[in-house]
Amino acid sequence: MSEESRQIPVTTDQDVVRVRQLVRTVAVDAKLSLVDQTKLVTAASELARNTLVYGGGGTVEVSRVRNEIRAGIRIVFADQGPGIADLDLALTDGYTTGGGLGLGLSGARRLVDDFTIDTAPGEGTTISITKWCR
Amino acid sequence: MALSPEESGRLADLLDEHADGLVARWAELVGAGLQGRMSRPELERQTRDLQKGFQQAFANGARDLSDEEATELRAQLGELSSNRARQGFSANETAISMFAFKDAVLGVLGDTSDVQTLRDFVSFSTFVDRAALFTFDSYVRVREALIADQAEQLLELSTPVVKLWEGVVAVPLVGTLDSARAQVVMERLLQTLVDTGSPYAIIDITGVPAVDTQVAQHILKTVVAARLMGADCIISGIRPQIAQTIVALGIEFGDIATKSSLADALRYVLGKKSYRVVTAKRTEH
Repeated sequence: MSEESRQIPVTTDQDVVRVRQLVRTVAVDAKLSLVDQTKLVTAASELARNTLVYGGGGTVEVSRVRNEIRAGIRIVFADQGPGIADLDLALTDGYTTGGGLGLGLSGARRLVDDFTIDTAPGEGTTISITKWCR
Repeated sequence: MALSPEESGRLADLLDEHADGLVARWAELVGAGLQGRMSRPELERQTRDLQKGFQQAFANGARDLSDEEATELRAQLGELSSNRARQGFSANETAISMFAFKDAVLGVLGDTSDVQTLRDFVSFSTFVDRAALFTFDSYVRVREALIADQAEQLLELSTPVVKLWEGVVAVPLVGTLDSARAQVVMERLLQTLVDTGSPYAIIDITGVPAVDTQVAQHILKTVVAARLMGADCIISGIRPQIAQTIVALGIEFGDIATKSSLADALRYVLGKKSYRVVTAKRTEH
């Protein structure tokens, strides 16, 4: 169940900074530990930059969520870009098509509790990550 | 809607005839809006110049603010808004002070049912609206230039390279490390290494809130570049949460020395340079 959510467009480098700031604010509000805050902010930074660089821009939605046991933060990154053809390859450490370290997508998955990715060639990419409060 | 030649002529006469009254009333209206942030004599001087500018433009036969006859007036308006922008007035206040001119002129016209006078006033009002929009535009332009200047200054300010010891320089990074800043940092560091002939450089990331792969890549590139020039780089200021995030991301710093604090890094470098840090024995006299 979603309690409150905020959506921001990602079309410039400045927007990636804005995403980071928003996620940090929400993470502090949700009383995530300092380590979890940093992990979530870093994951958001990676994925927002992917949305910008590979997806050609898109939107990021940050919302507070709650299941039966815990509260958490869910962030959804959506773009209408070219999509990912080989997901397994894209999730391999060190694989990159853009000259980066090749750790953004795979690393972000390790930084959060839930990670789902919905993509197809030509149909854009939607990634949803969730971090639960401990 | 441009003014007709007759209209601008009549307006020029009107402004000329009531010059003193208009300036006084206009300055009063603007003064009320600015709430004492500008002295009365200064305000009156400004409004007198402007009123003269409008009068001149009309007398020269300006039918529109973009006409050649209004060049002088446009320059005046531009200067006014850039002054206001630098003095910290809002764009609204700047534009509203133009609109106040209409009230002042309306006051001079008084109650009239003369159709021609009313038509003149409507045309005049359109002209002033254009002038107000013009000030708004110039105001924004000046502000944008100010912001661009400040951003550049900030970039310069926020990337100091400091000498910590003979042969040891440090770069304390604070804030977001984007590509533009990373480039500045690298250039500064490499230049300082050459200038000081330092064999050691410490990059301190205490002030970097999050280290993602892009930041890490920038730092790694800087280290590699420094190494190519024969300098050894140490990364310091790695806080616990950053360390855990870096591990989870899978970033490897390889054989680059990393320390949790700048003090540790300095001690490490001094050790390599065969210095020993010992407490001095004080001799009592």
